[in-house]
Parts: sequence; C-alpha cells; structure tokens
Amino acid sequence: MRYVIIGNSAAAVGAVEGIRKIDKDGEIIIISKEPYHVYSRPLISYLLYGKTTEENMKYRSEDFYDVMKCKVFFNKEVIKINNEEKQVQLNDNTIIDYDKLLVATGSRPFIPHMEGLETVKNKFTFMSLDDAKNLEKAISPHSKVLIIGAGLIGLKCAEGISKKVESITVVDLADRILSSILDKEGAKIVQSHIEKKNIQFFLDNKVEKFIDNKAILAKGEEIDFDILVLAVGVRPNIELIKEIKGEVNRGIVIDEFCETSIEDIYAAGDCCESFDITTNQNRVLALLPNAYMQGECAGINMAGGEKKFGKAIPMNSIGFFGLHMVTAGSYVGEVYTKNENNNYKKLFVKDGLLKGYIMIGDINKAGIYTSLIREKTPISEIDFELICNKPSLMAFSKIERKKKLGGIK
Amino acid sequence: MKRVYVNEEWCLGCHLCEYYCTFANSNEKDIVKALKNVVINPRIKLEEGDRINFAVSCRHCEDPICVKGCITGALSINDGIITVDENKCIGCYTCILCCPYGAITPSDKGVIQKCELCTNNIHGTPQCVKGCPNNAIVFEER
Ligand SMILES: Cc1cc2nc3c(=O)[nH]c(=O)nc-3n(C[C@H](O)[C@H](O)[C@H](O)COP(=O)(O)OP(=O)(O)OC[C@H]3O[C@@H](n4cnc5c(N)ncnc54)[C@H](O)[C@@H]3O)c2cc1C
Repeated sequence: MRYVIIGNSAAAVGAVEGIRKIDKDGEIIIISKEPYHVYSRPLISYLLYGKTTEENMKYRSEDFYDVMKCKVFFNKEVIKINNEEKQVQLNDNTIIDYDKLLVATGSRPFIPHMEGLETVKNKFTFMSLDDAKNLEKAISPHSKVLIIGAGLIGLKCAEGISKKVESITVVDLADRILSSILDKEGAKIVQSHIEKKNIQFFLDNKVEKFIDNKAILAKGEEIDFDILVLAVGVRPNIELIKEIKGEVNRGIVIDEFCETSIEDIYAAGDCCESFDITTNQNRVLALLPNAYMQGECAGINMAGGEKKFGKAIPMNSIGFFGLHMVTAGSYVGEVYTKNENNNYKKLFVKDGLLKGYIMIGDINKAGIYTSLIREKTPISEIDFELICNKPSLMAFSKIERKKKLGGIK
Repeated sequence: MKRVYVNEEWCLGCHLCEYYCTFANSNEKDIVKALKNVVINPRIKLEEGDRINFAVSCRHCEDPICVKGCITGALSINDGIITVDENKCIGCYTCILCCPYGAITPSDKGVIQKCELCTNNIHGTPQCVKGCPNNAIVFEER
C-alpha cells in the first residue's frame, strides 16, 4: 500500500498519525512545497516576537519522519493529479503512483485588486516561515508598517513586529477588528488594548489607491509607509481537485470520512470545507485543530479503518499583548452576557443548546463550554444558571460527573 | 493505565490535594519551604458547591482533544500520560479551549500546566492522592 500526501503541515501530520494507528508498514510519501521540517504555522508571529525559535517551532520532533517511516520530498510541488492512472506529477516532472491520496494543500493569501499595488516595492504576505523571514529582513526600527486586514493573521503579524518597528497602522473594511471571531463590543475591548501598544487602526475604511509609499484611504486619509503587509484573508488551495472535476465549492467538498468525490482521494485541513454542527452548513474552517483532526480522520479511513469526522465547529484561542480570548461556535439565538472586572463573556443559546460563546480576559475552563457545543448537550440537563456564571463540572448531574471523573463508562 | 479518580462523596473540600500538588511541582524537598508565602497555582483544582466538593485534574484521555488541537505540538502522549513541553508551548491556550474538564490552566511562566501524574517531578506518583486524608481521590486502574 502506498499513501501519498500533498502538503506537509498540520493536516498531513494528522494523516500520518492516523494511518500509523492502523497500518504500521505501508509506504507513506509526503510532498512539500516548503523546504522545512514540519513547523507550526501559527508560530511565525511568535518567532518574530522572540517568544519561540525555529527549533522550538517544529510541530513534531526531529525524528518524526523516521519514526513514522515517511519519505518526504521537500521543495517539490504537485502540479497535477491523474486519477485515472492514480498518479501525481511533480514540478520536476517526476511521476509518483499512489493507492490512496490525501490533498492537504492548505490555503494561500488572498490578494484583492487594489489600484496602484504594483507601485509598492516592499510588500509582503504573512502565511509561511519564509514570509516571516522575509519580513524580518525588511523591517528596521525606523519602519512604518501598513497592514491591510485586522483579522487574526494581520493582528498576529502586528504583534510579532511591534517591538521592532517605529509604527504600525492597520486598515480594514470591517467596522471592527477580528470580525470573524468577535462581536462589536468584544472587539472594542481588544482594540483599545492593542491601541495601547502604539498600533493605529482605520476601520470601516479601505485603501482607494497606492502611490509608491503612500496609501490613500476611501475616507480621504493619507498614510505614508515603507513596508506593506497584505493580510486580507485566505483562499483554499482547491485547484488540483477542481482540474480533475472533483466537487469543490469555496473549499474541496469531502464526505464524513474525509473522502472527496473522486475515489481514493481524500482531503483535509484548510483546503476543504467542514460541516459546522452549530449552523448545519459546510464552511471552510481555517483552523489548526480542525486541520489536524480532519487529517487524522482521513488517515484512518485511507488505511482501511472507519472513522467519521463529526463535531466540527469554529473554535479559536488567541491572545494579543497578554489579553486572551477564547471563542467557539456561532453567535446565534438568545444571548447571556456576563461582564465582571474587565472580563467579558457572552453565551449564545438556541433550540435548547449552547451554540457559541465569546470569553475575553478570564478564559479559565472554557473547554467545558466548548464540549457543551460539540456534544450538543441539552441545557435542560445541566444547571445552566451555574454554568453561565462560570464553566464547571458541578453543573452536570451526579451520574454524568461519575462518568467524567470516576471512570464509569 | 492507572489514573486519578474522584470519589466525590468522600471529598471534604480541604484543599490539601492542591497544596500537595503545588509542593510536588515546586521541586523543593521541604513542604513548608515550598509553600511559604506563595500563592498556590496547582494542577489539580477543587470545585466547591453547597454540599458537594471534588477535585479535578487531567483525565489523561485516550483520545485527547487537547493534544490534537495543540497548535505548537507542545502537548503529546507518552506512555499514556499527556505531557507538555514548556519550551514549545507559547501559551495560546488552545488546549484550555479544548479540554472538556477544565483541567488545563495557565502556569506562572506564561505557558500552560497540567497534571502529569507527578512523572515530571522528583516524586514519581501523584502526591495529591498521597496527601488526600479521605480517599476522595485515588490512583488506580479502573
Ligand atoms: C500567522 C498565522 C496565525 C495563525 N494562528 C492560528 C491560531 O492561533 N489558531 C489556529 O487554530 N489556527 C491558526 N492559524 C491557521 C493554521 O495555521 C492553519 O489552520 C493550519 O496551518 C492548516 O493546516 P493545513 O495542514 O490544512 O494547511 P497549511 O498549514 O496551509 O499547509 C499546507 C502546506 O501544503 C503545501 N502545498 C500546497 N500546495 C501544494 C502542492 N501542490 N504540492 C506540494 N505542497 C503543497 C503548502 O506549501 C503548505 O506547506 C494561523 C495561521 C497563520 C498564517
């Protein structure tokens, strides 16, 4: 049996570990466009911030590929899948046969059309270790950095370089920062915290035009900069599957076993869509825990096991300059708010189920809320008033607690 | 595998488990020295109710979502025990977002900490259990 995996990141590692749970000896070949041992992509901003090193960024230990018996082609790109012959073709024209194929190609930065962008000399994206290294080389204590996009990636980039540059300005079309994870009120709290670090925001605004090192905004402001970072959003890498007429929407469409519409081809991670159980809709969840778990599920099924990938929800934990926030699910239904000593919390309840939450500041035991969402626990079965106040196992029935803490099945 | 299990009907809510945990992970030899003037930040924590109390620590799940969700690879399973590599952890708290038991907490070093059944310190077996006066937590195979 030969497994071929396209991509060498979280979803790929999940797949390798999933395959090896079932098949200890089958041949695994990984094809990686990037030249590095598998690293944690979210850590690129922490590298610039000085909180980690390239060595500590490794997502799995140095001997991972040996222990897992994987052969890796670094610096190589799959340019074509031939599903009839069950082969992939690399950019150096090597042809590799597969029995089972996993597409774990992730996503790439989305660069919208902006007038005059070609006149900007120093422009960067922030998605890979090479992006981080290039940005680090370009900045100096005198740099004025303009970041387009106040989402997770844009703001993580801002934090990463904050101690190394003179000024940072962030522009976003949305009327609030972190619009994919925070509501308006929550975003305000985080924004004022970040602003204290000398980062300036222009929200509900956009760049109308670039002229060399000047950005002219829709509302008339002019911003001089010498480094531009584009962090508007990401797009799933779906082309390999699209070209062979596999089913795709925004992301690659997979079934609950993580198989694509084409036989023996699986997909996992940021390149595909997941079924979000809080909205009952397919959507791209560009998040690492999801990528790993989908990859693992795909791997188990590729190796002949049977595992369904359920319980996918958007969920995120992130901090900026010491202020932490944890969010999960979707923000629909009735809202329960609890704000205390600078801590901010909102719970969202619909159809008798917890559907989502936002916690800023005190994030202790947040996972108890996450599990209520993932397990679809009816709130009638728990002491909801108690758990609203703070996440606790005390809110569950005695029997449920015996299962959780007493090892009773 | 032996794990720490809770008998909540026996728990007096005395917090001794928390003190023994803090002591064990301080790597001090003397409990008085270890606890003097410190605000304890134990890896086992009591939940207190009107009549019910119980101590919660890592369950060492067989299919742990904290490990799968860890964005850095700092959490891993070693001989069934879920351990954290403090050098790799950057304190994003994704594991706190994931843990259904609320058993992972921020450490004083700005990363995370969790029960490793005292395999990470000089004691080798759970000191919280050893210090529990009423068998409200036990270390056994179930
Ligand atoms: C700055 C930043 C911060 C982030 N922070 C968080 C966070 O805090 N929490 C969180 O949950 N998520 C975070 N994410 C998202 C997280 O990194 C992704 O969800 C995760 O990396 C997805 O893993 P993946 O394996 O699906 O794809 P990716 O990590 O995107 O990897 C795909 C790999 O495939 C390679 N590839 C693509 N096409 C080919 C081809 N044709 N041939 C060969 N190789 C190919 C790519 O080069 C890439 O190396 C962050 C991302 C960034 C950029």
